[in-house]
Amino acid sequence: MTTYIIRRLLLVPVLLIGVTVLIFGMMQMLSPVERTALYLKDFPKNDKAIEGLIKRYGFDQPVYVQYWNWLMGVKNPTTGVREGGILHGDFGYSRSSSMPVSELISRRFPNTVDLALWAMVPMISVGIWLGVQAAVHQNTWIDQGLRMFSIVGTSFPTFVFGLLVLMVFYAKLQWLPPGRLSTWASAVVDSGQWKTYINLLTIDSLLNGRLDIFWDALRHMLLPIITLSYINWASFLRVTRSSMLETLRQDYVVTARAKGLSEHDVIFNHARPNALLPVITMAGFSIVGLLGGVVITESVFNYPGIGSAAARAAVSLDIVTMLGFAVFNGLILIVANLVVDIVYAFIDPRVRLS
Amino acid sequence: MTIAEPTENIPSGDNRLLGEDVKMREIGKLERFLGPDNYRILKGLVKTPASRIGFALVFIFALVAVFAPLIIAPVPPNDAYKIPRDGYKNDPQPPGSPWKRQVPEMPFWYKTLTGKDEWVHLMGTSEGSYDIFYGVIWGTRTAFTTGLVVTLATFLIGVIYGSIAAYYGGFVDNIMMRILDVLMILPSTLAALIFAAVLTPKIGKSVLPVMFALIAFGWMGYARIIRGDILSIKERDYIMAAKVSGVKNSRILFKHIIPNAIFPTLVLASMGIGDVVLSFAALSFLGIGTETGYADWGQLLSFARNWISSLGTYWYIVVFPGLTLVLYVLGWNLIGDAMRDVLDPRMRGKA
Repeated sequence: MTTYIIRRLLLVPVLLIGVTVLIFGMMQMLSPVERTALYLKDFPKNDKAIEGLIKRYGFDQPVYVQYWNWLMGVKNPTTGVREGGILHGDFGYSRSSSMPVSELISRRFPNTVDLALWAMVPMISVGIWLGVQAAVHQNTWIDQGLRMFSIVGTSFPTFVFGLLVLMVFYAKLQWLPPGRLSTWASAVVDSGQWKTYINLLTIDSLLNGRLDIFWDALRHMLLPIITLSYINWASFLRVTRSSMLETLRQDYVVTARAKGLSEHDVIFNHARPNALLPVITMAGFSIVGLLGGVVITESVFNYPGIGSAAARAAVSLDIVTMLGFAVFNGLILIVANLVVDIVYAFIDPRVRLS
Repeated sequence: MTIAEPTENIPSGDNRLLGEDVKMREIGKLERFLGPDNYRILKGLVKTPASRIGFALVFIFALVAVFAPLIIAPVPPNDAYKIPRDGYKNDPQPPGSPWKRQVPEMPFWYKTLTGKDEWVHLMGTSEGSYDIFYGVIWGTRTAFTTGLVVTLATFLIGVIYGSIAAYYGGFVDNIMMRILDVLMILPSTLAALIFAAVLTPKIGKSVLPVMFALIAFGWMGYARIIRGDILSIKERDYIMAAKVSGVKNSRILFKHIIPNAIFPTLVLASMGIGDVVLSFAALSFLGIGTETGYADWGQLLSFARNWISSLGTYWYIVVFPGLTLVLYVLGWNLIGDAMRDVLDPRMRGKA
C-alpha cells in the first residue's frame, strides 16, 4: 500500500510540470508583443514603450527563463523582488471580466462546487440504480429499453438537451429559470445582514436560516442538474450493468444461491457491493470533472461558475483568463485524481497488491 | 476428432496443421482477407437491428451531404457554406414564411413535395434572417468534413505514437505514456477551447482552429488502445518466429504487428466521428471557430442562446438543427454500440 501511494505521489510533480509546460507552450504561440498586450489594461501605441515593456517582463529572454518568470514572477529591477507569477496565485488580469483572474476564480468556483455537489447525487444514485436494474433484468424488455435510453442519452449534445429543457420548463411552463438567483434573493445575499460561512449558497442560506433563498438557489440549479444527470446516466448505467453481469457469474454468487439465499439477498447484499468497485472510480472521476467546471452546461444555463467564465473568455479571445483557468483546473484535477486513486486502492485490495 | 473453429494461432483456412481429413467450414474471400477475428467483428456489426438503423441514418446523411447542391442550391455570389440571409431582421421567422431576398434557385423536388410555387423558409429563419433549412442541409457537409478529417488525423497520430511506445517499450514507453497522462489531464472540451482560442487570431475565423484543436487533444485515446493491442500481439509466437528468422525490426512492426493490431482501433476511430462532430458543434455553439452565418449546426443552435426566454414561440430555432445533430450522432452511436458488443472480449464466441 505504502509503495503504491509513494509511486502515485511521485507522479504528481511530473504531471504538474507537464501541465504547466503545456499551457505555457500554448502561450508561446503568441508573439512577444501580443503577450505584452495580454497583460496590460491599456496597451501603449508607441513602439518604444512596447519595447520597454517587453524588456521589463522578460519576453525577449530564452524560453526557460520566461517559463520560470511565468511561474515565479518577474524580478522588479529596482527592488530585486519577484512580483506576480502563477505560483503566487497571480494569473494576470482578465479583460473579459474586468478583474484579476484569481478574483474571478475565487468568486466563481464556489458556484461550480455548489452545482457539482447537488448534481452528483441524482447522477450517481439513479445511474447505478438503472444499471443494476438492466443487469438483473438482462435481455428482457427492461434491459433493451434502458439500452435505448442510454444510447439516446449519449447522442444528445449537452447544449441541445439544455436548450430543449429550457424551452419546456422555462419558456413554456415558467417553472425553472436559468441563472443563479432571483433578483430579490441576490439583493438579500448582497446586503449587510447576510453571513457568509463556507461560500456555497445553498449551505449558507440554510445556515442563515433562509429557506426561501435556499429554495430559490436550488430552483435555479435544477435544470443544470437534470441536464448533467441525464447526460451522465448513460455511462453509469453501462459500467454498472456490465460489472454487475460479470459479478453475477462469479462462483461465490452461485454458492450464495446454492445456499438458498433469496434472490434479493444475492443481488443486493452479495453481488452489488463488489460490482460497484469500478463504478466508484468512475463516480470519482465524474465528480472531479464536475469540479473542473462544466463549460457547456454552465454556458447554456447562464450559470456563473468557472466553466461559463472560461467559455466567455474564449469567445472574447481573452487568453490570459483562459490560461489561468487551465492552470487552476489542472491543479484541481491532478490533486483530485490522486485522491480518487488512493481511495480506490484502499477499497480494492487488488489494485495495491498488483 | 472434432474441431469446430480454427484457434487463434492457426491461420484461418490453413488446415494442413490439422490433418487433411478434418472438415473445415467454408471460408469466404472476405474472411480470408480480414482474418477470423476481424471477420467476426464485421459480421457482428451488420447483424443487429440497432446497428442497421445506425447505418441507415449515416447513409441518409451521407446522401444529403453529397447531393446538397441539388437539394438547395447556393445563392451566388455567396460561398456555398454561407447561409443565405433573407434581409437583416433580428427576430426569427416561423416555418412557412415567404422567402424574399437571396432566394435560391427552385430545385426539382420543391413543387412536387410542397405544392407551392414560391420558396418559403421550410424550417423558418434564425436570428439575423439566416435560413435554417439551408444551414441544416449544408451543415451536413460541415459535419462530415470535420468529423472525417479530425478522426483520420487523430487516428494516424494515435497509431503512430502508440505503436512507437509499445514497440520500443521500457524507458521510451514510460516517457511517452507520461506525456499522454499530461495531455489527458485537462478535460478535452476545455483544452480544445483554449487551444482554438489561441489559434483563432493566428489563422482567422474558420473551421480550421477548432479542427486543429480537436486534433491536438483528440488522439490520446487511440494511442492507448493500439499500444495495449500491440503489447499483447508482440508476445505471440509468430512474432517470435519472425524475430528468430532475422526479420528487420521495422518490417516486423509494419508488416506483422500493426496490421494485426490495428483493426479494433480502426473500428473505434470510425465510431469517434460522432463524438468529434459533437465537440465541434459544442465549440461553435460557444462561439469559437466559424464565422457567423457559416453552415454548421452548432452555429445555428448558438443563435438560440439570445432567445431563451421566448423559445416557446421560437421553438424551431432549436428543434430543427438540434434534432438533426442528435440523429446524426445517434446514427454513429448505434453503430458504435453494436461494435462495443462485438469487441467486448467477454462476448467472444457467444455471438
